[in-house]
Amino acid sequence: MNCDCPILTLVTFLPLLGAIILLFINGEKQERIKRVALAVAIIDFIISMPLFILFKTDTSEFQFVQNVPWIKEFGISYHVGIDGISLFLFLLTSFLSLICILASWNVKDRIKEYMIAMLILQTGMLGVFISLDLFLFYMFWELMLIPMYLLIGVWGGPRRIYATIKFFVYTMAGSVLMLIAIIFLYFMHYNATGEYTFDLLKIYNLDIPLGAQFWLFLAFFFAFAIKVPMFPFHTWLPDAHVEAPTAGSVILAGVLLKMGTYGFVRFSLPLFPYASHQFVPLITWLAVAGIIYGALVAMVQEDLKKLVAYSSVSHLGFVILGIFVFNVQGMEGGILQMINHGLSTGALFLIVGMLYERRHTRMIADYGGVTKKMPILAVFFMVATLSSIGLPGLNGFVGEFLVLLGTFKSNVLIAVIATSGVILSACYMLWMFQRVMFNKITNPENSKLKDINRRELALLLPITILIFWIGIYPKPILSRMDASVNHLLTQVDEKYKMTLNRLGKSEDVLEASEVKSED
Amino acid sequence: MEIVIPPFDLKSISPIVSLSIAAIFILLLDVFCRKTFKDRLGYISFLVVIATGVVVYTQIGQNVYSFSNMFVVDNYSVFFNLVFLLSTALVILMSENYIKQEGVNYGEYYTLILFATVGMMLMAGGADLLTIFLGLEIMSISLYVLAGFTRDKVRSNEASLKYFLLGAFVTGFLLYGIALLYGATGTTNLKEIAAFIAENSGLSNPMIVAGSSLLIIGFGFKVACVPFHKWSPDVYEGSPTPVTAFMSIGPKAAGFAVFLRVFHVALPGLQPKWSIVLWVLAVLTMTVGNLVAISQTNIKRMLAYSSIAHAGYALVAIIVGGEFGIASLLFYMLAYTFMNLGAFAIIIVLGRKGEENANIEDFSGLGYKHPLLAVAMCIFMFSLAGIPPLVGFIGKFYIFSAAIKSGFIILAIIGMINSVISVYYYLRITVVIYMKKPIREFAPLSLSPLIISAIIIAICGTIYFGIFPSKIIAFAQQSAVLY
Repeated sequence: MNCDCPILTLVTFLPLLGAIILLFINGEKQERIKRVALAVAIIDFIISMPLFILFKTDTSEFQFVQNVPWIKEFGISYHVGIDGISLFLFLLTSFLSLICILASWNVKDRIKEYMIAMLILQTGMLGVFISLDLFLFYMFWELMLIPMYLLIGVWGGPRRIYATIKFFVYTMAGSVLMLIAIIFLYFMHYNATGEYTFDLLKIYNLDIPLGAQFWLFLAFFFAFAIKVPMFPFHTWLPDAHVEAPTAGSVILAGVLLKMGTYGFVRFSLPLFPYASHQFVPLITWLAVAGIIYGALVAMVQEDLKKLVAYSSVSHLGFVILGIFVFNVQGMEGGILQMINHGLSTGALFLIVGMLYERRHTRMIADYGGVTKKMPILAVFFMVATLSSIGLPGLNGFVGEFLVLLGTFKSNVLIAVIATSGVILSACYMLWMFQRVMFNKITNPENSKLKDINRRELALLLPITILIFWIGIYPKPILSRMDASVNHLLTQVDEKYKMTLNRLGKSEDVLEASEVKSED
Repeated sequence: MEIVIPPFDLKSISPIVSLSIAAIFILLLDVFCRKTFKDRLGYISFLVVIATGVVVYTQIGQNVYSFSNMFVVDNYSVFFNLVFLLSTALVILMSENYIKQEGVNYGEYYTLILFATVGMMLMAGGADLLTIFLGLEIMSISLYVLAGFTRDKVRSNEASLKYFLLGAFVTGFLLYGIALLYGATGTTNLKEIAAFIAENSGLSNPMIVAGSSLLIIGFGFKVACVPFHKWSPDVYEGSPTPVTAFMSIGPKAAGFAVFLRVFHVALPGLQPKWSIVLWVLAVLTMTVGNLVAISQTNIKRMLAYSSIAHAGYALVAIIVGGEFGIASLLFYMLAYTFMNLGAFAIIIVLGRKGEENANIEDFSGLGYKHPLLAVAMCIFMFSLAGIPPLVGFIGKFYIFSAAIKSGFIILAIIGMINSVISVYYYLRITVVIYMKKPIREFAPLSLSPLIISAIIIAICGTIYFGIFPSKIIAFAQQSAVLY
């Protein structure tokens, strides 16, 4: 739908405006700074709501589109819009940013710069999900690196400098290759049509030669795989998570990692359908490896945050798996799982943060019997844990179930192995929960714990409501995805078949050979 | 024998003439005026540069050869002249306070800077190897003196002497190259050389090949590309900081202006050969510059190596050539002017008398003490690292786009990987600024309205042209034709 009022632009740039306003507030006035930042985030979230309500479910077209020429000389335009795939990631971002600002209430050190970084980060993240111009996308993609880098580096833990530089250099290394691929596509489009443009929708129509598809896919793959992070590109993640402040961890897990998976859906699949199909064996096996590896490593962690970080590696494996099985269930499950992971892991990081604020330790061994002192927290912690495991009735179940269903349709072996990841996740999460929350209080420090206050309740309650809502009644969400996901898959499928026909191979022969190589 | 005096076309060289006259005038003012008036010399020079900029601006769109085809005014030279004048203007703004503080407030300072600018403008407009050589020497000799301007300091003297000796040595190479080319082709005019080479397959003539190799050495030295870069870290470190800032922009840009014009106008026939040589040089320059920059502890040295790396990116643009390549070089030079001069301006502001705040560690905790300066420094560092939405990103994007368009994909990939390496050391500055505690008290800032305005101009340029580069790109594209 074409709305006259540029909602997307408003929602995206309001935080930036807020950051500029904060610049002019005296850094001493901590309360005022926090309130302004919170107000900006709340308004931002409220004005993003119409997107959900006004979103048309019966079309796969991009909605709320705005297309204004920006750098005419290069054919770069400010082209934004959302469809069923980006809608929820966009909303998740504005929701989690609000949560994070509220979660940072106890930051004492240089709150002004902190809030400015948070708000700029929010603009960068929102921008990534709405960009329909490759150049614009890259701008936002890189823009959000700087505030995240500062968040970890300035307000992080003891090894923050190492972690933040590792995070930055890893991500940057992946993305420059993507930039080259983007520029390459740009000239390829020019050679084919005579038009210089970075417009994604126009480049979608490009018929890319197979050899080029291979390399371009790889270039995009590195950028996204590092961001996700897929096994074996995940090593920056535990470091970054452990050192980041709570809000940083929430944003990192909740939104930043999704950019990688979103990138696969939005760019890799439709741009390089043939190469995507070719890479399916490699990627699905890497995804499965990530699921199992992440779960196993999570099991032996002694640090709560590290445990949750590795569980992310495992969960993101499911998302990747869902995307690369090329059917509706898998894809919708994958996208839903992105949201779910954002909610449940976000909640887990918040809870770890709350425990840390009280006890200044993240070691599992230091806790035990916390339930007795913090019964309310225990409830929320339990829900988040079970949601992360994928208990039926909670959101995690819907996503994982759809992904596994889709996987079973295309490759039984992979599906069987991936399912064992669910069992493993039950092991490490429940074991962790038991050690932290149950048992007797052995450490006298723990007997002084106070239960969560109203602000912390306000953080956890909305997330928990969403966890239940998606778990029990996911239809409003899935129905908004349907048209776009179907369209995407048909688009990919048609282009793939077209290529096959041109190659003169029948699909059966090729699939047979693929299956063979997978088994 | 009849001697024909070629017609004088003073209009074409009016910016150069007016700037030279102004420079001499300032020298005289320095001698004949009262002491108190001396403080105004900086303002006067600044106004002179601005006025010259206006004159240059009116030359847009003219394509004129003058003085028996020895000098040319085209949009290409106009663009470069504007870059030179911008950098000179900013450097003058940055110098005023510094030279007073260091006790070297002599009028020659401005005169020399203006003369160096005259030399650069002559280089950009040179259509003949002799004009180019003339310009290059005017520029270099001024710089030799400027490098040693804080004459009481050993390091400054060392820098000056080193620069002079090596520079003089390289001048020999350059002249020898010019002589060989003249011997082979019978002319020093760029276009006539090209015509000669086109007619008599130049590749097979060893004199032409040797001559152009020597030219690569000569120009390579001036733009400090590896392996002719050894002078630059020492000279950068030892020279007075504003002079270092000046050397990192103007003379380099002038070197590139000449480099590109000579090789694309006079020697396009040899392109298959020199583009391979330059390819290797570009890769070496980027890689060595970035790798060595990582281990530097002195910020001026670090910026020297970073500037070597940036020369590598610019070489990529020269290899690519064509409208796209030239436009990207032009854009990059402007982008580099803003971000690099900005960084130097901050170094100057933080400097103490007699001892520039030159170690990276000295920036520790700047973010706590002087938040605005810290933000500015970080913006310049991020821009140098090529992170959007800052002008340095657009510049790199432009150059590597041009490379990919012309099929230099490996070169582009190497360049991109290099820019990731560079991120590491630029980030280190921001790490020190925001994430380390101060190791000692900061000196009182040497702020003056002039240097503040220089920083503001640099910041505005870095951000504004990063987000809205359209106009500059359009101008660069118009200027990308070598008349």
